[in-house]
Amino acid sequence: MEQLITFIQKEFHHILRDTRSMLVLIGLPIVQLLIFGFAITTEVRNANIAILDNSKDEVTQSIITKIESSQYFDIDRSITSNDQIEEAFKSGKIKLAIVFQQNFQNELSHSNKAQLQIIADATDPNQATTLTNYLSSIVRDYQNELNRQNKLPYTINTEMRMLYNPQLRGAYTSVPGVMGMILLLISAMMTSIAIVREKELGTMEILLVSPMQPWLVVISKVIPYFIISLINVATILILSVFVLGLPIEGSLFLLTASTIIYIFCALSLGILISTITETQQAAMLISLLGLMLPVVMLSGYAFPIANMPTILQILSNLVPAKWYIIIVKNVMIKGIGIEQIWKELLILLAMTGTFLIISIKRFKIRL
Amino acid sequence: MRTLKFLLRKEFLQIFRDKLILRMIFALPVIQLIILPYAATYEIKNITLSVVDNDHSEYSRKLINNLTASGYFQLVDYSKTYADALDQVEKDKADLIVEIPEGFERDLIGEDETKVLIAANAISGQTAGLAVAYANSIIKDFNNDVRTEWNQQPRLNAIPAIDITSSNWFNVQMDYKYFIVPGILALLVTLVGFLMSSLNIVKEKEVGTIEQLNVSPIKKYQFILSKLIPFWVLGLFVLTIGFLISFIVYGIYPAGSFWVGYIFAGIYLIALLGFGLLTSIYADTQQQAMFIAYFFMLIFILLGGLFSPIENMPDWAQYLTYINPVRYLIEAMRMIVLKGSGFWDLRFHFLIVIGFAIVFNGLAIRNYKKTV
Repeated sequence: MEQLITFIQKEFHHILRDTRSMLVLIGLPIVQLLIFGFAITTEVRNANIAILDNSKDEVTQSIITKIESSQYFDIDRSITSNDQIEEAFKSGKIKLAIVFQQNFQNELSHSNKAQLQIIADATDPNQATTLTNYLSSIVRDYQNELNRQNKLPYTINTEMRMLYNPQLRGAYTSVPGVMGMILLLISAMMTSIAIVREKELGTMEILLVSPMQPWLVVISKVIPYFIISLINVATILILSVFVLGLPIEGSLFLLTASTIIYIFCALSLGILISTITETQQAAMLISLLGLMLPVVMLSGYAFPIANMPTILQILSNLVPAKWYIIIVKNVMIKGIGIEQIWKELLILLAMTGTFLIISIKRFKIRL
Repeated sequence: MRTLKFLLRKEFLQIFRDKLILRMIFALPVIQLIILPYAATYEIKNITLSVVDNDHSEYSRKLINNLTASGYFQLVDYSKTYADALDQVEKDKADLIVEIPEGFERDLIGEDETKVLIAANAISGQTAGLAVAYANSIIKDFNNDVRTEWNQQPRLNAIPAIDITSSNWFNVQMDYKYFIVPGILALLVTLVGFLMSSLNIVKEKEVGTIEQLNVSPIKKYQFILSKLIPFWVLGLFVLTIGFLISFIVYGIYPAGSFWVGYIFAGIYLIALLGFGLLTSIYADTQQQAMFIAYFFMLIFILLGGLFSPIENMPDWAQYLTYINPVRYLIEAMRMIVLKGSGFWDLRFHFLIVIGFAIVFNGLAIRNYKKTV
């Protein structure tokens, strides 16, 4: 036991001495969470659009004023003819163009129908749809104002309720996602590289012939990173509550306990990576090039899993972050107890066990 | 020149010696490019729906029918009360609740007005927004049907209407894959180039071979070039494979010129590799270099506009993206591949990455001296 503590102390010294890495390990979650919390939104803001007003009458002017005052759009005034639209799209100057037909006001008042065309840059289909919808609804609002005097019969009104997140704040999705991603990547990367490093430098053999049992050597290397992960969790939670204004509706104890299980899972994934690689370079390629994108895209954080093709839905089950994100959403935001998340917890535990068993097997072969 | 040739031979040999790494450099991007774009879809098909029908009338049944027949919603539950339905949402069984009040049909016909409640699990705001919008438009359509049924005269047409037509350019089928594939390709090229180069010099430092190089008569620029060129070739190779996969798997063929794409990626890679070398020069150990690389990579990716449009970010974040090289590659790739943008359209992008290339490599060459 005393030996183990001395070993852990030694590992701690190693890590603490490297201030640059420490800064990255502790600072990264903070920077990332702030960027996610504030910069990454699905809300439309400042979209550059061009308006080609072929009519220039009172109605088109007031519609343009309405668009301008909505704050979603910045109007680019350099476009004066149809031919310039494609040019503007190609140079990336605008995302959307609106074309009013000639005699807009006249048509509207005399034939009751005036044409307005919206052309969107659909390179990003999602963005194109959102912008088109926003614009249409601004125009429709304007039209409703015009028609206020005519109340329609047989009307179904809808009342909308946004549960758990009435203001539709992006942080409610991003915080659980960031927690899932960052804890997995940092923890897996830290352990995988720390162990492979010893292998590459040849010091692992020295450790293994020491009177300590091999698994104790590994544990002593993992514990400091476990503590760093805990510090990360604490900073993430404090920031989400006090800076991003997220609630912790459920039990903090349950959240912490689940998080510890998840960290174990990520650390054991790191150990697994270190047993299948020989160089730090290889370990890094697997944990960054191999894990980063799949974790972001298949964990249900960037894109909803329910919309994916069946094969990818099945594949997503292999991503530990998927299960952890479900847990965080349920406990932190919905405030549900263990009765709703025990399945996810068991899956994480099973994954941890599997990673460890494979690692031990491979580890023995190597000795 | 001869020295450089020998140095390059050595670097290439070193890369090709490690079969595992070589395999990973090609396999990981290829697999991801084949699989991941299918995951990127905002198109919503299977929103799970819980219905609370307090009316049990012909109209309420018709409305529910319209909802389920639309293809967006999957009716998973009939609850007796709103509270029961809420319970389904809590258990993640349902995403959306539609509650039809008692007297729905009577009020709609008799009082000219009634109300339907739509409640959505809004933890994911975007999904909830879309789900509610779909439900709303189905209810509106239903409403219009009811009106035409009860209105003998077409008095609705007497109201002036603005006819909005919309068209979508450059990606007429609105296929998200066309958008995401060039972006992911840009990212994978970046990851490979940056990770490999950031580890390179520091590895020689850690193993100790750098001292031998430092005491040899190799010139500084030769040394940097010998470190740059292999990864540059590697990066362009990954790009080529990526273009091939985009074509074979997704049928994406650049609307613009391949040449513009390659020249842009070539300059971009010089800039990126310079940044990688700079990381490598500053770090003492590979471990440290990796953490630093990880830090920059993540921020570059997050602020690169891959998933979330840059225009939507607050001003300070938009300013940050100006100094993010990845942003320019992602943008340029999408413009070339989807819009067919040419040199002139991309002139600023070109100027900026050339600037990056000069600054990063200049710094790398200058700072390398100090370690000698």
